[in-house]
Amino acid sequence: MSAGTAVMAARRRLVIERRFVIGGLLVAIGLIELLVFGRVAVKGDAVFTFTLTGAKVNIPNLTLPAGPTSTIIGAVTTALGLLYVAVDLPKVPRRLIAGVSLVGLVAAVLCWADASRIPFPFVALLASTVASSIPLMLGALSGALCERSGVINVAIEGQLLLGAFGAAVIASAFGNLWLGLAAGALSGGLIALLLGLFAIRYRVDQIILGVVLNVFASGITGYLFDSLLVPYANRLNSPATFNPIKIPLLGDIPILGPVLFDSTVFLYITYVVIALVQIGLFSTRWGLRVRAVGEHPEAADTVGINVLLTRWRNVLLGGVVAGIGGAYLTIGSVGSFAKDMSSGEGFIALAAMIFGRWTPLGGVAAALMFGFATALANVLGTVGSPIPSDFLLMLPYIATIVAVAGLVGRGRPPKADGQPYVKA
Amino acid sequence: MNILYGLTTPDEGEILIDGVKVDFKTPRDAIGLGIGMVHQHFMLVPVFTVAENVVLGVEPTTLLGLLDRRKARREVREMSERYGLAVDPDAYVEHLPVGIQQRVEIVKALLRQANTLILDEPTAVLTPGETEELFRIMRELKASGRSIIFISHKLKEAQTIADRLTVIRRGRVVGSPPPSASDSELASLMVGREVELVVRKTEAAPREAVLDVDGLTVLGAGGYVAVAGVSLEVRAGEIVGIAGVQGNGQTELCKALMGLVPVHGGRIRIGGRDTTHASTKDVLESGVSYVPEDRQEDGLVEGFSVAENLVLDTFDRRPFASGIVLRLDKIRQTARARLEEFDIRAESIDTPAKTLSGGNQQKVIIARELGTETRLLVANQPTRGLDVGSIEFVHRRIVATRDAGAAVLFISTELDEIYALSDRIAVMYGGRIVGIVPPSTPTAELGLLMAGGSPVTGADEAGGSPVTGDDEAGGSPGTGDGGEDSETDPREDKPGEAGEVEQV
Repeated sequence: MSAGTAVMAARRRLVIERRFVIGGLLVAIGLIELLVFGRVAVKGDAVFTFTLTGAKVNIPNLTLPAGPTSTIIGAVTTALGLLYVAVDLPKVPRRLIAGVSLVGLVAAVLCWADASRIPFPFVALLASTVASSIPLMLGALSGALCERSGVINVAIEGQLLLGAFGAAVIASAFGNLWLGLAAGALSGGLIALLLGLFAIRYRVDQIILGVVLNVFASGITGYLFDSLLVPYANRLNSPATFNPIKIPLLGDIPILGPVLFDSTVFLYITYVVIALVQIGLFSTRWGLRVRAVGEHPEAADTVGINVLLTRWRNVLLGGVVAGIGGAYLTIGSVGSFAKDMSSGEGFIALAAMIFGRWTPLGGVAAALMFGFATALANVLGTVGSPIPSDFLLMLPYIATIVAVAGLVGRGRPPKADGQPYVKA
Repeated sequence: MNILYGLTTPDEGEILIDGVKVDFKTPRDAIGLGIGMVHQHFMLVPVFTVAENVVLGVEPTTLLGLLDRRKARREVREMSERYGLAVDPDAYVEHLPVGIQQRVEIVKALLRQANTLILDEPTAVLTPGETEELFRIMRELKASGRSIIFISHKLKEAQTIADRLTVIRRGRVVGSPPPSASDSELASLMVGREVELVVRKTEAAPREAVLDVDGLTVLGAGGYVAVAGVSLEVRAGEIVGIAGVQGNGQTELCKALMGLVPVHGGRIRIGGRDTTHASTKDVLESGVSYVPEDRQEDGLVEGFSVAENLVLDTFDRRPFASGIVLRLDKIRQTARARLEEFDIRAESIDTPAKTLSGGNQQKVIIARELGTETRLLVANQPTRGLDVGSIEFVHRRIVATRDAGAAVLFISTELDEIYALSDRIAVMYGGRIVGIVPPSTPTAELGLLMAGGSPVTGADEAGGSPVTGDDEAGGSPGTGDGGEDSETDPREDKPGEAGEVEQV
């Protein structure tokens, strides 16, 4: 066998493997849409509404015959899947196919779930998506801040939880929401302080450390909840919540207005943080240095950048950002603290950050996708869908697996992520 | 040097710059005083562009406080034009060959207005052509009034480029011979005793093929082709040296031979037995000895004692084990004998391997691998980072192994070593063997092969300078194309193909 053919053969095998796995998955999804959704949901129409009550501009409802729609989507997806297997497509069409199939899957599920029931509130779904994504987005940004400087932050969960706790107690005790918000941010920062102390100063394994900090946050808030918040619930655990602020003009845009520009201050803070982190990391001197520290700390050191200081700063900033996300859980939505109320959102935020390839915008996009999952389950619950909500909650994660395999490829973490820096 | 650059602070003594005593706390202080350093392991961020790397730490910003990438690019371009250091400011460093990366480091130092440049082993990673090019740049910098401290363990280079020499041994200055000093004078200063620089060896008497590789293809991490259809034969009683610039597939080739990475195509036979997909243990048991590239990572278990390291591959067999029990007495007894035989300087056989010097660590590995009879020795950069004395030792053992009838495949990026040891030289470039030549081949020709047929330089003007013939190779300056060499193994890919090798 000559050199050239050996190389070609080896490469071809990898490509073919991917084509069969992803294409096969698409065909399977298409067939499920075609045969299950299309057949089972034959009767009735799915109605989607695009306007909330009281909006200035009305958009007509969209009515789709559930069965035929699913059948058509299924047929298209199956065809695309077969195309994917049969032809070695370039990158762009490949991603396009995967994207179209995913959207189709969501649409088919919605049609099936909504057939012959009350109109489906599409705008409410999107608004709920954005709202439930706030802690995830802030958590993912916290993760990006830390990891870009080379410190793994598994403690996002703990930062959210302690942030939620601190915000609830202070807002309740002083009757001032803004104080509560500050307290939430500082509480997140407190966990970050411990993270920094042990990870940067004492070079403890950062993953174990993160898990320990999460347990610590859960334990301390649990204890304080039982011993303080339960007996003094009125004084300490009944904060007000922020009211939505509608932004003039922007808030009246159909569909987008109520979703993006009519929310609590948390969403607006999130916008600002997203912009700051994205621009900061990639377009400023600070960001260049942070990324250098996360990739190659020795190189940064040799040009006079203080590696440890840079890491400290980012870890603390990350803690504050996640703390704000935690504050949202209490004073931004439900209005009281409950034990372990972050319920894994910190870990989902971490996953979103990784899924988003350690970039702020990528992390935010992934967070929105996970948020969509939660929102979809909630909204379908209210329309009375035939699918158990547990299954609905699973769906976006399955979509995530497809997306990770086909759309995004493998991300590359910062080279020095998780490695303590020891001066030579 | 780390003290001079402010990375480490001195316990005692003083540093004078222009006659003034200075005090470094951080690299920033050193940079401020006009000291620039090109580290042996480049201090470049691979995922950054050239411009980003160069301005890191002294970034220009716009009025809004954002990075001024345009200005950064301009600065790099100006600096590279002024000193003939052609680099593309927008290229990502990870995609650049090491020679160009080194230029980026020099531009980086110059941009910080360095008056004194410290180059730490700058030629270790360069092809002969690139080394010439570096020397040209160094002369240019010298002419512009800058001082250069050039650190090297290669005698010839020091003699070629230096105006003054200082020899340091074990942290002490042991002499300042004139650059005209002979090789052996310098070497004995460096080692502290007389050293034999020439490897004594007789004509090889090759017998049957022990290692037979045919069309071997290995994919590296990330799916790129690391070894692209390599065919090679190593016979009993001969040393085949693989020359090539680091990162051209040599490491993957060794690992594939040893069963450490999966093989994606082709065939490996050792002693007539197919070991293409054999486990490492299987390969070792068929009589193969292996000296890995990275002695600390792969060669030793650093926390283990010398005695334990000496039986890493045989501890589970007689006489070191009976059933599930280790025969500690036998292990210790053998260890003591090996310590003696291989002149390993360790406090005792119970000393942890990590406390040994690099040379002695390598001796432990050599003792383990060559202490018993072997059919095939695979040695990847066995003398890297060693002092002249230890190098001499390793070379002698390799030749002795050959003379005992074993086949030897050794890899080196040092041409001198390749010439000194090899009975046949295979040149690797871009994952392929681009030529198999006799050791009488002139350096220039070999250098050209190592650079893939034409010198690898990013710049137009750099490529032109042909390597001058080195004395010991005994040839006139090469005319270049290795394809004309009639000695080339007919089974190999024609060297003429080298230009088409895909850069992966």
